[in-house]
Amino acid sequence: MAIQSTYLDMPLDIGELDVENLAYFRHCAAHDFHLQRCSACSLVRYPPTTACPWCAAPKSEWVPVEGKGAVHSYTEVHHAIQPAFKAHTPYLILLVDLDTQKGQPTEHEALRVVGNLVTPDGNLAPKETVRSVGIGTRVRMVFADAGPGIALPHWTIDEGAAQPAKPWRYPQE
Amino acid sequence: MPMPAETDATSPKHLRDKYAIVGVGETTYMRGSGMTTRALGTLAVRNAIEDAGLKPSDVDGMLSYQSGDSTFSNFIAGDLGIRANFFMDVFGGGSSTEALVGMAMGLIEAGMCKVVVIFRAMNGFSQVRIGGTGARAVAPVSGDMLHSRAYGWQSAGQMFSPTFMRHMYDYGTRPEQVAAVKAIHSEHASNNPKAFYKERVSVAEVLASRIICKPLHLLDCCVETDNGTALVVTSAERARDCRHPRALIRGVVGRCSKPRLDMHYQHGPISTVAGQYAREILWPNAGVGPEDIDVTGSYDAFTFTTMLQLEDYGFCKKGEGGAYVSDGTIRLGGRRPNNTSGGHLCEGYTHGLNMVIENVRQLRHDADDSCPVGADGKRQHTYDYREGGCRQVKKCELTANMGWANPGTGSAMVMRRD
Repeated sequence: MAIQSTYLDMPLDIGELDVENLAYFRHCAAHDFHLQRCSACSLVRYPPTTACPWCAAPKSEWVPVEGKGAVHSYTEVHHAIQPAFKAHTPYLILLVDLDTQKGQPTEHEALRVVGNLVTPDGNLAPKETVRSVGIGTRVRMVFADAGPGIALPHWTIDEGAAQPAKPWRYPQE
Repeated sequence: MPMPAETDATSPKHLRDKYAIVGVGETTYMRGSGMTTRALGTLAVRNAIEDAGLKPSDVDGMLSYQSGDSTFSNFIAGDLGIRANFFMDVFGGGSSTEALVGMAMGLIEAGMCKVVVIFRAMNGFSQVRIGGTGARAVAPVSGDMLHSRAYGWQSAGQMFSPTFMRHMYDYGTRPEQVAAVKAIHSEHASNNPKAFYKERVSVAEVLASRIICKPLHLLDCCVETDNGTALVVTSAERARDCRHPRALIRGVVGRCSKPRLDMHYQHGPISTVAGQYAREILWPNAGVGPEDIDVTGSYDAFTFTTMLQLEDYGFCKKGEGGAYVSDGTIRLGGRRPNNTSGGHLCEGYTHGLNMVIENVRQLRHDADDSCPVGADGKRQHTYDYREGGCRQVKKCELTANMGWANPGTGSAMVMRRD
């Protein structure tokens, strides 16, 4: 069934034919991160696709994936484009290498999952927290509920993990 | 930089030197054009045909690119009385220019038409804002866009910045090195009467401008303008009758991509861009290497895009792009100037077409600067590059354009003087 909802006052919309995205966000709504695993080559992929990016096989199954990893790169937005984000600057967009399948099938590949830096309860992180995160920071996934059948996966600092002494940050604060 | 393997400067393969750009044209680069994209396109195409010394009835092919923000070929053709044997409007922005030149060559080679006009018409300031603000920023977030726009990850700057940041992390690239691209392009623009921004700015001024999204300051970002731009492609044979010396096409590569076009960040290194792949087509087909090039046109949607492409096309070693763009090489009077018009950072934003126009004029030795026009109707270039002066590069024989769509996709073209 199609999903229409709002998140930060943004209208969100997934059509009923878009079965991959519907399944992805349905798992997120249960706060249980799943990705597609190829039935032929067993590689897990992100974001959702119709066929396997490595072997082109169309058949896959949804499998639970641990939402833990390290920041691979990021941008810190000070001038928001979308009105929904204007009240939340500066905010971080993180590209996170999952520990699962990192360096596979080649050394340059990883499941790089996008999300904002948020508080443990899923709200966009305050300025002081934004300033503490950079490349190398260990993060764990949390979810922001966005209506029936949908939640967005996000990232929060992994309090239980060993953190780098000083994550890499853009030199001009 | 040694030429890549398989480089062969003698064989006439891949249509090398068989096609030429014979006409270039544009409108004023402006904000608040007060006209439709149809009007902008019609004026630019008319100027390009006139520049070629052709009549509209000589043109029988038309190509354009856009992203739901412009008119279509049939209206421009109708306005100018062109009966087309082929026309097509493709979806896309940056990196389309060189790709469509390659398509025009293929169309003519296939006998489908003889003279092709390529245009891009856009109100990038007054209608569909290229920076991403306005109507597009409030559109519903649907389907696959949920993995980007729902995170406030939408504008070009936001989308590309993970690559820019990772380059700084991987190679120690410094903000002031990259800011030099804007400072140098602004020097070039100060010698370009057409440029929207003609004022010279310093590296310090770039770094003092406000942060848009790290690592981009306001002045690391291109200008938003309204304009039409066009060029005319035909066979080298047909080009002999045209008005200007031919800009012969040595080699072209179109929308060459990194793996995982659906989301290129899945495949690293993310500090590397599509030029890493495109150069393996460009240089062998062109029969020349980066060392042979006199002028570059490396797309400057942002200061970083210029640097990343120059590096990945092999103008310097991987990781040394910061030094290359800040050591004077890319400045007028330097070893290999880049974007002598001021490019997208200063002249105007056209999704790449004005950078090809500029290199055609450089190859004609007819850059439209403020140098005096002699009795023969040609500019008497002074090669004095001080503010308000000349911007013609001495003895320009070979140029390379490197178009950019995003870190994952690029196009390129080498041209030579007849």
